[in-house]
Amino acid sequence: MNNLVFLVPLFPLIGFLINGLGRKSLAKQAIGAIGSASILASFVVSIILFLQVKSSGAIIANYFNFIDVASLKIPFAFQIDQLSSLFLLIITGIGFLIHLYSTAYMTDEEAPHYARYFAYLNLFVFSMLLLVMGGNYVIMFIGWEGVGLCSYLLIGFWFKNDAYNYAAKKAFIMNRIGDLGFLLAVFWLINKLGTVTYGEVFANIGKLSHQDITIITALLFVGAMGKSAQLPLYTWLPDAMAGPTPVSALIHAATMVTAGIYMVSRSNLLYTLAPATQGFIAIIGLATALFAATIALKQNDIKKVLAYSTVSQLGYMFLGLGVGAYTGAVFHVMTHAFFKALLFLGAGSVIHAMHHEQDIRKMGGLKKYLPITNITFLLGCLAIAGVPPFSGFFSKDEILAAAYEKNPILYFLGVAGALMTTFYMFRLYAMTFLGKFRGTHEQEHHLHESPSAMTIPLTVLAILAVVGGFIGIPEVFAKDSHWLESFLAPVFAGSKALTEQKVSSHSTELMMMGVVTGLVLVTIAITWNKFSKYEATTTEETGLGKVLENKWYIDELYNAIVVNPLDALAGFFKNVIEKSGIDGIVNGVGTFINYSSRQLRLIQSGQVGAYILMMVLSMLGILLLWINDSTIVHFLHKIF
Amino acid sequence: MIPLLLILIPVVSAILTFFLKNGNAAKNWALIASTATLIVGLYALCPVCKLEFDATWLPLLGSRFSLSLDGLSKMLVLLTAISFPVVFASTYNNEYKQSNAFYGLMLLTQAGLMGVFLASDCLLFYFFWELALIPVYFLCSIWGGEKRIAVTFKFFVYTFVGSLLMLIGILYLYFQTPDHSFAIKSFYALKLSASQQNLAFWLFFIAFAIKMPIFPLHTWQPDAYEQSPTAVTMILSGVMVKMGIYAVIRWLIPIFPSATVKYADIIIIASVIGMIYASLIAIKQDDVKRLVAYSSIAHIGLMSAVLFSLKTIGWNGVMIQMFNHGINVIGLWIVADAIEQKLGTRKFSELGGLAQKAPVLAILLVVLAFANVALPLTNAFVGEFLMFNGLFQYNFWIAGVAGISIILGAVYTLNMVQKIFYGQTVPATQNALEIKGNVQFVLIILVLVIIGFGVYPQPMIDLTKHIHP
Repeated sequence: MNNLVFLVPLFPLIGFLINGLGRKSLAKQAIGAIGSASILASFVVSIILFLQVKSSGAIIANYFNFIDVASLKIPFAFQIDQLSSLFLLIITGIGFLIHLYSTAYMTDEEAPHYARYFAYLNLFVFSMLLLVMGGNYVIMFIGWEGVGLCSYLLIGFWFKNDAYNYAAKKAFIMNRIGDLGFLLAVFWLINKLGTVTYGEVFANIGKLSHQDITIITALLFVGAMGKSAQLPLYTWLPDAMAGPTPVSALIHAATMVTAGIYMVSRSNLLYTLAPATQGFIAIIGLATALFAATIALKQNDIKKVLAYSTVSQLGYMFLGLGVGAYTGAVFHVMTHAFFKALLFLGAGSVIHAMHHEQDIRKMGGLKKYLPITNITFLLGCLAIAGVPPFSGFFSKDEILAAAYEKNPILYFLGVAGALMTTFYMFRLYAMTFLGKFRGTHEQEHHLHESPSAMTIPLTVLAILAVVGGFIGIPEVFAKDSHWLESFLAPVFAGSKALTEQKVSSHSTELMMMGVVTGLVLVTIAITWNKFSKYEATTTEETGLGKVLENKWYIDELYNAIVVNPLDALAGFFKNVIEKSGIDGIVNGVGTFINYSSRQLRLIQSGQVGAYILMMVLSMLGILLLWINDSTIVHFLHKIF
Repeated sequence: MIPLLLILIPVVSAILTFFLKNGNAAKNWALIASTATLIVGLYALCPVCKLEFDATWLPLLGSRFSLSLDGLSKMLVLLTAISFPVVFASTYNNEYKQSNAFYGLMLLTQAGLMGVFLASDCLLFYFFWELALIPVYFLCSIWGGEKRIAVTFKFFVYTFVGSLLMLIGILYLYFQTPDHSFAIKSFYALKLSASQQNLAFWLFFIAFAIKMPIFPLHTWQPDAYEQSPTAVTMILSGVMVKMGIYAVIRWLIPIFPSATVKYADIIIIASVIGMIYASLIAIKQDDVKRLVAYSSIAHIGLMSAVLFSLKTIGWNGVMIQMFNHGINVIGLWIVADAIEQKLGTRKFSELGGLAQKAPVLAILLVVLAFANVALPLTNAFVGEFLMFNGLFQYNFWIAGVAGISIILGAVYTLNMVQKIFYGQTVPATQNALEIKGNVQFVLIILVLVIIGFGVYPQPMIDLTKHIHP
């Protein structure tokens, strides 16, 4: 089966090349078919690999030496184990649905741009696959930066719009800040262990001091902060909504932004041995979850609400990682991929119907025009709010239960965030689908349900969002019912052996579940009631509402403390130091320059060719004819 | 014979060029001659050929015409051999007055560069060093931009001071050798006291530091790059700056080991300051050429810092990067030249939206841009990865600060891409056309090299393992 592994990234790469090179000659149907089929083929191979891993364990495939210097060998190798095979299914499965959806969503683009879109999207899937399949940290890093590149290209897909270009650039640069942390961690590993291959690193972990592990994990986490949009490096993700909506669904919700969670899970043994870093991750994760949720409360752009929601949900996943609930975090990656991709694609369906209107204040009452979008979106909202038995309930509960065991304060704050999540999602749902239509007559006239290429992915994702949680039913309901935990057990076995198991009583757990579910349902009722009667107003937000609407002014803060000072420093270097400082010394002979330039011009007016030939011949003279060099020797002996 | 041919072909063809008629004859001849050199250069990669040459030159002085090719030399010979046909082909559409003289001087420069990378006699090395530089003074001052005379003068003052100091240094060492010889072996065998090393080290180092350049000796460079004709700029930044780096590896560090260790800290710190300094200035540039110039200074700064950190893994990276930086920066200059020739301006403030008019150029520049920021699977990644590893082994904090340039590099490079290609078209780009076939062809070859060595860098890495001594 080893020989199948390389096919998984190969198909999208071929799709990228065909669509990229054939963008001028291919018809749109062909472009869409090639783009989608390549991912479907990868998905099929992924299923085969998944079954293989399930029955007989991890597969390692070595191809060639990527870097081989005396002290360091980095093979180009893939490692397909339980963790990566699960990610493969998510990436190629959801990736395929989103490619299919895109064939209809992007249909207004001219063929060359349509091809460019699918080429980028295929390239993204290729990079993302490298990221999760890599058998060492360097291959992971190749994918890590590759997805950053594709994210950049796709956010700025409509490159005529300069605001989008800025958003794309911002995303890449903020990711690079994180990438530097990642790289430094890799250098640290190489310096201490001389290897970056997962198996070798974890086997030799005893050679690392406690301090080494803390620093390596912290630096790796800086990389995760950038890629997975955690405080303080999250501001690129909401801006990334400039890209086409299916891109937001695939890259900025379901897959790329979860790379940080994958990386920490992959390195779980290191993190378990670094409790200080773990504590830090838990705090950053929880803070991000709450902070982003507060912003989402007051956003009116349908995609911005979902973007902040994604930041917030990623925060929950990191909270899980920070309290050692690795399975829970991966579980939430999966369920979140289902329901958030669903919500984004639903939003895309709405935007499509509304002719690129994204302001929910100008929507309302779309329920009757978009029946499939409506019902699937509602299911997505129930899933993210964590209403049982929808998928989000199980994964979020698992993270919160683990947080409770660590520290009840983490738990209560987490629950507060979950209630905010419920509030902003149902505010979004109600303002969009319920009540009266608040758009223009012309818009109303054109409202329509999306074509089946879009509604089929919505339906499939909705089903997954509803039932996806059943692979991880907590022990409190039935013994050994948590399939995912036993499946992933080999990956997290080392960490599990190191941590003491604290199990709170089943009755406490059931009671907490009941109370939280009750609170969520009450929040839904209140929100539903309030926002289904929403009327457009012109009153401006004041006080805290205004601060939230303006996202806590974080972008302004970053400009004031980082961007502007750096810009001023650069200007000072360019205009003062470079011009008058260093050059001033050289130009001390400045007056001389005027004079000599006049002289040179005189020479130059003559026969240039002849002049140069003279020079050449005299140089050759020195080289070839100057055999009798005794005079020179004599001369030199005199000087020295 | 092969090392000799690498010098002889350009010299002889240069002389012949002066006797050709102007116009296409000289162009075609230069292209043919440089392609012949390239073929010999590729042949030189073969592992079994005899790669040494030795003949009497100045017997009474104790200087011999001896050349040799090891892995380090091969890397740079290859770069020199590839660069010239690439430059000639991509600038084929540019017209020069007195084109026979122009191409003759270019070929002479190539001969000088080859000699620098091949010489294993220090006087011969010095001779070629000057042979490479002197034609460039003429190329800049005759075919350059508006401010060419002042700029050439500055360039001349800088490099001439450097050369003079180096000559004094060479003669000083010569008189220390027991048998009065300029041979590299005699220089390596010198047993210099600490105080002798400390003095002579600087005589050489300043010459090499100006050439690289190391901050704060860099100010001749952006001006020279901006004012020179683009073909010359490509050679200056793609190949000629490597003379300084090469010389540090070949001559400076082996001859002055203890002085190198003594002054390493200060040089590394200056280099790292230069990286950040140049990156920040690059962010503020409004001119494509000046942006690429400062970007190049930042990249070279990393190489010099890594050189003096004296770690094997870092040196592997430097040697690979010398080649890759050359390829990438020449690619960027080709794009800059195409834009200037096509649109008559290099200012970002007067550009925009070109991707709509010239999509192929846009795609090619995007690849070059991401190679410039060392994205994985481009050629520059492996070099930078190994270099940072070396710097990291030297000192964590230095590597961390130098790493900031990775972020700043993304800022100015993406700025450049955005301002030229994205957004709405502006008057300058409204009627722009796609680039010509020959430029496309050359750029595509460079892009294939970039991605080829990005995915499979091992052949390059293997070359760096064969350095004598």
